[in-house]
Amino acid sequence: MALVVERRKLNFWEELYLPAIAQGLAQTFRQMFKPAITLQYPEQRPVIADDYRGAPGLVKDQDGREKCVSCQLCEYICPPKAIVIVPGEAPAGGPFDYSNIEKAPREFYIDMLRCIYCGYCEEICPEQAIFMTREYELNAATRQELVHDKARLYQIGGTRQDPIQKWKHKDDGRPGAGGAGAH
Amino acid sequence: MNDLLFDVGANLAKIIILTHTVLVLAAYMPWVERKVSAWIQDRVGPNRVGWAGLLQPIADTLKFIFKEDVVPGHVNKVLYILAPCLAVIPSLFVLAVIPFGPSVSVLGRTVDLVIADLGVGILFVFAFSSLAVYGITFAGWASNSKYPLLGGVRSSAQMISYEICLGLSVVGIFMGAESLRLLDVVHQQVDGTWNLFTQPLGFLVFVIAAFAETNRLPFDLPEAETELVAGYHTEYSSIKFTLFFAGEYAAMFVFAALVAVLFLGGWDVPFMDNASFAALGNWGALLGFGSFLAKCLLFLLFYVWVRFTLPRFRFDQLMSLGWKVLLPIGLVNILVTGLLNLPDGAA
Repeated sequence: MALVVERRKLNFWEELYLPAIAQGLAQTFRQMFKPAITLQYPEQRPVIADDYRGAPGLVKDQDGREKCVSCQLCEYICPPKAIVIVPGEAPAGGPFDYSNIEKAPREFYIDMLRCIYCGYCEEICPEQAIFMTREYELNAATRQELVHDKARLYQIGGTRQDPIQKWKHKDDGRPGAGGAGAH
Repeated sequence: MNDLLFDVGANLAKIIILTHTVLVLAAYMPWVERKVSAWIQDRVGPNRVGWAGLLQPIADTLKFIFKEDVVPGHVNKVLYILAPCLAVIPSLFVLAVIPFGPSVSVLGRTVDLVIADLGVGILFVFAFSSLAVYGITFAGWASNSKYPLLGGVRSSAQMISYEICLGLSVVGIFMGAESLRLLDVVHQQVDGTWNLFTQPLGFLVFVIAAFAETNRLPFDLPEAETELVAGYHTEYSSIKFTLFFAGEYAAMFVFAALVAVLFLGGWDVPFMDNASFAALGNWGALLGFGSFLAKCLLFLLFYVWVRFTLPRFRFDQLMSLGWKVLLPIGLVNILVTGLLNLPDGAA
């Protein structure tokens, strides 16, 4: 059944429309003196939430070890296929020659023109090596600049405290284990 | 010979003063418009180029000049190039008959502050302001593309309809002043009351028709962004587009000046009459010019204020408002004015 909306007949003043126009003008006039809510962007910054999903970055732990072990799970899960990892062997010797790590990324690329900021890479990472940061200002003059390489990714990610450092302490307290660097 | 030199010099000075005032205002009106719209919408508006964005018009103009001037291959070249010129020139011509201040005395001679003191002033105004419609219609036709054509057609229909109301609304004034000279109209108001109070209906019709004549919201159907892309100037770019822009603002100023001259007492200041202006000499002329300019600016602000208050009319509403409402009101206004101003003994 059709719904019939009863429309009240306008009286003379309402039919003139002029009082309504005057009301509208009064409204916009009052509005002129309200403070602006504009954020003057480059000088003033918006508050970014802690769980904001900005540009993904790779992190190092407090010892300066790169945590990525090049398992390529993030490359696999990435919906827009923005991540490309070239796996390599973990460098032998040196301060981080932990016994059970075999791989480290030789190259790590994230194409920020493809990234959809879904955060799957952070979720799936078994090593807590990749994080969505709060970085939201990505500008470049060329497309190539927005394909982040390993150096840029570590620059974005920086260092994170790792309270567990599972590879460093993997053999601690086990009988016969020699601790870090022992084979 | 000396008289001739003096006349030429005085007229050149008046032309330079008035056209530059108008062109500078036309350049700064977009800034005013953006600022006021920003205030109404709780924003800040342009504030980066210069103090409070005051250099924005210069930046915009430079940008327009350096943009590529595209002439599409499908246009009628002659009309396409003629149209933007026709959009600006009529408005500037109309300025010639608008009195913008009381007379000044220079070198012992009295000079009226009006470029051309025509006996048929108001007819000249309507003759030339009607020409502006050709700019828009030619632009729509010459662009040879559908949206500009629709804009041009709308414009011609709208301008012709509202031209009539515009003419009818001021007849009452000239019945009162018993002259078509704009200078006489102002002198009469300076000594008596402003026509705003004696001709309130005429004022209302004139203001509404002025909005339609200048294609300003709520009557901006020829360019109606939401329906017609940009209407008649869709195919225009660079400096040609700027000319349409400048033409619109110049036309706004002309109508603001007309409202000031016809209804708001021209250069009148409350509690002053022609004698007190004359007593102040050239300072009186300066005061009068300031008063005239202030009235124009207030009316320009009113244009902007209305633009960000009222929504656009539908085309049939526009037509019915013009023909079924404003036209009868204009006619009734003439009749009532005539009856009230019957010569003694005629009734």
